Amino acid sequence: MTTATTGPAAAKAAGKPKPATMAQALQRAMRDAMAEDPTVHVMGEDVGTLGGVFRVTDGLAKEFGEDRCTDTPLAEAGILGTAVGMAMYGLRPVVEMQFDAFAYPAFEQLISHVARMRNRTRGAMPMPMVIRVPYGGGIGGVEHHSDSSEAYYMATPGLHVVTPATVEDAYGLLRAAIASDDPVVFLEPKRLYWSKSDWSPEAPAAVEPIGKAVVRRHGTSATLITYGPSVPVCLEAAEAATAEGWDLEVVDLRSLVPFDDETVAASVRRTGRAVVVHESNGFAGPGAEIAARVTERCFHHLEAPVLRVAGFDIPYPPPMLERHHLPGVDRVLDAVARLQWEAGS
Amino acid sequence: MQQRSSTVQEPPGDTAAYRPTPPPAWQPRTDPAPLLPETEPLRVLGTDAVADADPALLRRLYAELVRGRRYNAQATALTKQGRLAVYPSTTGQEACEVAAALALEERDWLFPSYRDTLAAVARGLDPVQALTLLRGDWHTGYDPREYRVAPLCTPLATQLPHAVGLAHAARLKGDDVVALAMVGDGGTSEGDFHEALNFAAVWQAPVVFFVQNNGFAISVPLAKQTAAPSLAHKAVGYGMPGRLVDGNDVVAVHQVLTEAVARARRGGGPTLVEAITYRIDAHTNADDATRYRADGEVEAWRAHDPILLLERELTERGLLDEDGRRAAAEAAETMAAELRERMNADPVLDPMALFSHVYAEQTAQLREQAAQLRAELEAEGEA
Repeated sequence: MTTATTGPAAAKAAGKPKPATMAQALQRAMRDAMAEDPTVHVMGEDVGTLGGVFRVTDGLAKEFGEDRCTDTPLAEAGILGTAVGMAMYGLRPVVEMQFDAFAYPAFEQLISHVARMRNRTRGAMPMPMVIRVPYGGGIGGVEHHSDSSEAYYMATPGLHVVTPATVEDAYGLLRAAIASDDPVVFLEPKRLYWSKSDWSPEAPAAVEPIGKAVVRRHGTSATLITYGPSVPVCLEAAEAATAEGWDLEVVDLRSLVPFDDETVAASVRRTGRAVVVHESNGFAGPGAEIAARVTERCFHHLEAPVLRVAGFDIPYPPPMLERHHLPGVDRVLDAVARLQWEAGS
Repeated sequence: MQQRSSTVQEPPGDTAAYRPTPPPAWQPRTDPAPLLPETEPLRVLGTDAVADADPALLRRLYAELVRGRRYNAQATALTKQGRLAVYPSTTGQEACEVAAALALEERDWLFPSYRDTLAAVARGLDPVQALTLLRGDWHTGYDPREYRVAPLCTPLATQLPHAVGLAHAARLKGDDVVALAMVGDGGTSEGDFHEALNFAAVWQAPVVFFVQNNGFAISVPLAKQTAAPSLAHKAVGYGMPGRLVDGNDVVAVHQVLTEAVARARRGGGPTLVEAITYRIDAHTNADDATRYRADGEVEAWRAHDPILLLERELTERGLLDEDGRRAAAEAAETMAAELRERMNADPVLDPMALFSHVYAEQTAQLREQAAQLRAELEAEGEA
């Protein structure tokens, strides 16, 4: 499930450094930020000695000490609540929530304090912090380990919601999130943690601005609007679609809040058709907002209604059944097929 | 008692030599005895201990209590005049509010709940700014960093972990700063109370948790809130000392809080202080306390009024005469008159400010929405 255009073999042949994983890129982003800025503090469950259950904070406690990379008690509201106090005193906490569904105890702190502290103090007390959340399914996780919780965060004014789909973006977006003076919910697609690219930790990519979508694949027939773990699925679907004669464009949103209306609308105006693809439940999910925005802006360019391919409106399934829930290539292609290709259909 | 049948085998042979050993993972932890709170709420007024109190401090506390009582009365009156949307009164709890403010140094931080505007005012905050939330023209009416007073916190106990984090950050930075966080008896049932105390103890953060047990969480009495021997006893489970104090004895509250602050400052870690007090007024002006408590109970507490207790002591010791009493009352009246006058002026509102501080940089979507509101306002202006 690599998003790189060249495989490891090609990299080796060209004498390039060995490919890095998304987990390594995220670790490197925190490490570089911590080295540059002494106010950056990493905290969470098992992030210190163990290096995180996904090893994303590997080595940080050893390099920067336990005061900078802290194993906290096992209490998500306490973790985020104390991070608020640390930010009040001028620190830049980078908080890890161990899994998507383990972040829920911290919701009150997130919604009632983190998201609105800047607003309620008329800008006197911003909340520069990053809340890292491994999210999404596809790793065979048992109950409470595979939620796509982005819609909850998107519905809360005051938060930025960001999610990378490539190794390069993982580094660039996390650096940007840590540098941001606003709270950023940083959603890490956990099934892409081990995706690789030729990205070299020795020459880190430029810091990506938050709020800019990117066209991952240019096409003319229809636009697949997606993000995070569904980006590789859409790219694969776009390749498969060429056999049907469709040339699909794939837009990777990267930032759900702020939302890049401009890039999305420009793409849909070019292609005239759009499908939103995500793992999160369809009903009142991100796709509902995106489809509405696209329709509002591109109505006269649309040849067909904006369709959604999303997770079913069910609690996340047990691992042996999750493949039926997750949007796959076939389901994406089925949706594309329903975009009223024949005149008068 | 039922005899329990035991499957545990008797120790073999020489019973004197048999010593059960704990499992390897078990370690002896903190001795709980020194962490236990007082068996009765600590009193200073009316005891021999009051002789040690500094007369200047006693006079200061008296002036602050009188001013605080007048502030409560004025704020309550402002709700009736429609100048405040709501006011949760601390009438009867002024000793706690005043002592909390005075126990702190200027560099320290106060974390008040929504009921604690008086503590913020006693710390030096402009009363109009302190009441902004309750007037409703904005949420926080002051810059928290200017006064080192965190925003008045409405979601119960959620400010406690903030105090822990701030104190922890200050200690990491090497700053000599203590945070004092205020919460009510109802708030101790919240998960954030537990998590904050646990984090504070694990990190040995310089924090003082100050619980005002005023008997009621809106209408629910303490007996329905907890089965703990006292709220102060909860400290022991976290490995920090608990203190129990008469919340209407301002000298005792000031002493206990000052000791807890000093302990935190010298690296001794957090303390949980429970003050036994009483909410003389209803929960807020929107509440009807006659539905859940008897008048006789209120009258009994009026006889244990914090101002009365201190006044009696000061008068007996010759530290307060009629002139002193009048001077304190006049100063309080001046404060109230000024507050009344300033609160009677309509606040200047800027609807466009709604969009100003959502993010550091306004998003494209918010710019669109701001433009919409501006157009609506212009249309209103032309109409």
